Amino acid sequence: MSDFTSGFWPIYISVLTLLSIIGTWVFLKKQTTRKLVPGEKPELMKHTWDGDLQDLNNPLPRWWLGLFYGTMVFALVYLVLWPGLGNYAGVLGWTSLGEYEAEVKAAEAKFQPVYAGFMQQDIATVAADPNARAIGKNLFLTYCSQCHGSNAEGSKGFPNLTDGDWLYGGEPETIVATITNGRNGMMPPMGAALGEDGTKAVANYVLSLSGRKHDAALAGAGQAKFAENCAACHMPDGTGMHALGAANLTDKVWLYGGSEAAIIETISKGRSGTMPPMTQTLGTTSNQEAKLHLLAAYVYGLSQKK
Amino acid sequence: MEATTYNYKVVRQFAIMTVVWGIVGMLVGVILAAQLIWPDLTFGIEYLSYGRLRPLHTNAVIFAFGGSAMFAVSYYIVQRTCQVRLWAEKLAAFTFWGWTLVIVLAAITLPMGYTSSKEYAELEWPIDLLITVVWVAYALVFFGTIIKRKTKHIYVSNWFFGAYILVIAILHIVNSMELPVTLTKSYSMYAGVQDAMIQWWYGHNAVGFFLTTAFLGMMYYFIPKQAGRPIYSYRLSVVHFWSLNFIYMWAGPHHLQYTALPDWAQSLGMVFSLMLLAPSWGGMMNGIMTLSGAWHKLRTDPILKFMVTALSFYGMSTFEGPMMSIKTVNALSHYTEWTIGHVHSGALGWVAMITIGSMYYLIPRLFGRESMFSTKLIEWHFWLSTIGVVLYIAALWIAGVTQGLMWRAANADGTLTYSFAQVVNTMYPFYGIRLVGGAMFFSGMLIMAYNVWQTTRLGRAVNDAAIPQAVHA
Repeated sequence: MSDFTSGFWPIYISVLTLLSIIGTWVFLKKQTTRKLVPGEKPELMKHTWDGDLQDLNNPLPRWWLGLFYGTMVFALVYLVLWPGLGNYAGVLGWTSLGEYEAEVKAAEAKFQPVYAGFMQQDIATVAADPNARAIGKNLFLTYCSQCHGSNAEGSKGFPNLTDGDWLYGGEPETIVATITNGRNGMMPPMGAALGEDGTKAVANYVLSLSGRKHDAALAGAGQAKFAENCAACHMPDGTGMHALGAANLTDKVWLYGGSEAAIIETISKGRSGTMPPMTQTLGTTSNQEAKLHLLAAYVYGLSQKK
Repeated sequence: MEATTYNYKVVRQFAIMTVVWGIVGMLVGVILAAQLIWPDLTFGIEYLSYGRLRPLHTNAVIFAFGGSAMFAVSYYIVQRTCQVRLWAEKLAAFTFWGWTLVIVLAAITLPMGYTSSKEYAELEWPIDLLITVVWVAYALVFFGTIIKRKTKHIYVSNWFFGAYILVIAILHIVNSMELPVTLTKSYSMYAGVQDAMIQWWYGHNAVGFFLTTAFLGMMYYFIPKQAGRPIYSYRLSVVHFWSLNFIYMWAGPHHLQYTALPDWAQSLGMVFSLMLLAPSWGGMMNGIMTLSGAWHKLRTDPILKFMVTALSFYGMSTFEGPMMSIKTVNALSHYTEWTIGHVHSGALGWVAMITIGSMYYLIPRLFGRESMFSTKLIEWHFWLSTIGVVLYIAALWIAGVTQGLMWRAANADGTLTYSFAQVVNTMYPFYGIRLVGGAMFFSGMLIMAYNVWQTTRLGRAVNDAAIPQAVHA
C-alpha cells in the first residue's frame, strides 16, 4: 500500500471514520424522544421570532430514523467488506486495479479465438474477408474516425485514406508502420527564402504540375526556383517521395487546399501534420497486435476496391 | 442612540440584482443548450464559444443569482429574527458593491479566456482575493448582527446561514491556494490527484453549503411565513442541521470514482454520500410537514406552490445524488448528460424555485406593498418553470442513460458497437427537449422581471422599516 506516507495516516483515517459513524449514531439515539400517543398534540416551543415564527417540537419520524440507521449499517458493512478504513484491504480483497485486470484477462480469453484465425493470414487476405472488414470498421470508428472521418475520407490536414494516394506508401507493411509509430510530416516554411514574388511564381508552377489553371509566365519563372528549393523532397518531376512523406504534386489530391492562395500559404508558412503513434491507444493487452492487424487490413482495403 | 429601523436598502439592492443576474445566467444557459444543437450558432467568435460561456453560465447562476439571493435574504432574515438593525452597515453596503464587482469581473474575464481551470472556482487570483475580502465583510456584518440581537434564541435560518458563511470561507481559501505568475495567470498549489481531491472537496461542498445549507436557511423563514404555520419540528431541525453539515464534508470523493484516487477514499466518499440521504430528507420533511393544516392554501397561492415544488425537487435530487455515488451506478452515469440533469434538478428545481418563491414574498415588502403586482403572472411563472424543469431533467435522464449504455456496448468480437460520433448524434432530440425546457424556465424569469418592475412602479422603495419594540421570549 503506497497510498500512505507513514503508518500514522491509515490509523488516523480509520479512527476518524469509525468515530464519525458511531458518533452520529449516538447523537441520533440521544435525540430520539418517545412517539406521540394518538391524539396527543406536539409541544409548541416557547420562542417567537419576527412576530409569528414558531417551532413545534414533533419527535423525529420513525421511518426517517430507520432510513438514517440503515445507511449507517450499510456503511459499516461496506467498510468491513471493501477497502475504506486506511490500508485495511476489506474481507473481499477487492481493488479497482484488480477488477480492471480481471476484466482485461476475461476479455483476452474471450476474444483471442475471434482474432486467432486472422493472425494466420496476411493483410491482403484479411482485407478481402467481409467479417474482418466489419471488425476493422468498428476499430476504425473507435480509434481513427476523429481525424480521418467516419467514412475515412479525411478533411483539410487529415489525409483521405480511400483515394489510393499515399504520402508514406500504401503497402501493408507501411500502413502497419504508420499506425504503430505515427508520422511527423514537416514541410518547412519557404517564404523567407523565396520572397513574395518567388512564392507566387513557385505556386503557379505547382499549379501547372497537375494541369490546373495558372499564369504561364509566373509558372515559367517558378520552375527554376522549384528545382532549386523544392525538388529535393518533392522530386524534380514533383511526384513526391514516400520516404519523407513529401506529397505528390502532380495528382489532384490537396491535403491543405489546391487554390493559389492555399498553395502560397503552404509554401510561405510551411505545414506540419502529426499522426500520433497508436500502439498505446490500441491498448496494452495481447489483443493489441490483432487490433493493429485488422485495422491495417481495413485501411489497406479502403483503396483496393476501386 | 439605538436604531429603531431595519436596513432594507441593501436587501433591496441584492433582491433586484437577483432577478437581473437570474435572467443573465439563464440566458447564457439557453445559448449553451442551443450551441449543443447548432455548434456554429455564435459564428465562431472566440468570446462566445462554448468553452468560454460555460463557466460564465455556472458562475452567473451560482454566485451572481444564488449569491445575490442569499445576501438579500440573509440580511433581511437576520435583522428581522434578531430584531436589530444590521451591524456595520457601511460594510454591508461594501458587500453589495464588492460582490457586484466580482460578478462584473467574472463576466469580463471568463469570456476572455482567463481561468484557473478549476470547476466553479475558475476566477483568477486577483478576483479570488476580492471574493475573500467581500466574504470576510459579509461574515462580520452577519455575525455582528447576531451578537447584538434582542431575541434570546437564534432562529433556525441563522444557524444555516452561519454554517454557510463559515464553510464557504474555508472552502474558497483552501481551494484557491495558488501561485500567481502574472496578473491574469496562476497555478494551483496542489498537484495531481491531491489537486483533484481538494477541487472536489471544494466542488461538492460548494453544492452542499452554497446551494443547500444556505437555501435551507431561506426555506426555514419563508415557508412558515407564507404558510402561516409553525415549523414542524425543532428537534428535527437541530438533528438534520448538524448531521447534514457534518456528513457533507466527506462526500467529495464521489466525484472521483474509478479514477487515480485511492480506493479507500472512493469508498469513504460513497458510504458517506449514502449517509447524507437522511439528513437531506430531514430538511425536506420539516419544510413540507410545516404545511400541515395549511394544505388548502396550495390551491390558491402560487408562491407556496413554488416553495413546495422546490422542496420536492430537493428531495428528489438528494435521493438521486447518493444513488449516483454508488460505484456501480457511477460507472454508468459518470461523464454522461445524467450528471447535468441531476445538477439542474437541484439548481433549477430546488435553488431557483425556492429563491423565486421567496423573492415573490420579499420584493413587495421592500416596496411597501403586501403583494406582487399580479398573482396571475406568478401562477404563469410557476407552471412555465415546473414544466420546464421536468422537460429538462427527463430529457437528460434518458440522454444520460442512453449515452452510458451506448458507450459501454460491445460486439461479440470485442469492438465497441457505437462510435463516439454516433452517440453524439443520438443526443440531438434530447438536446432539443432540454433547450425547450430551459427556454421555458428562462421565459418565466422574464415574466418575473415584468411583474417585479410593475410592483416597483406601484410601490415605493422602503429604505428603513420600523423595528417592533416588543421583544418576545
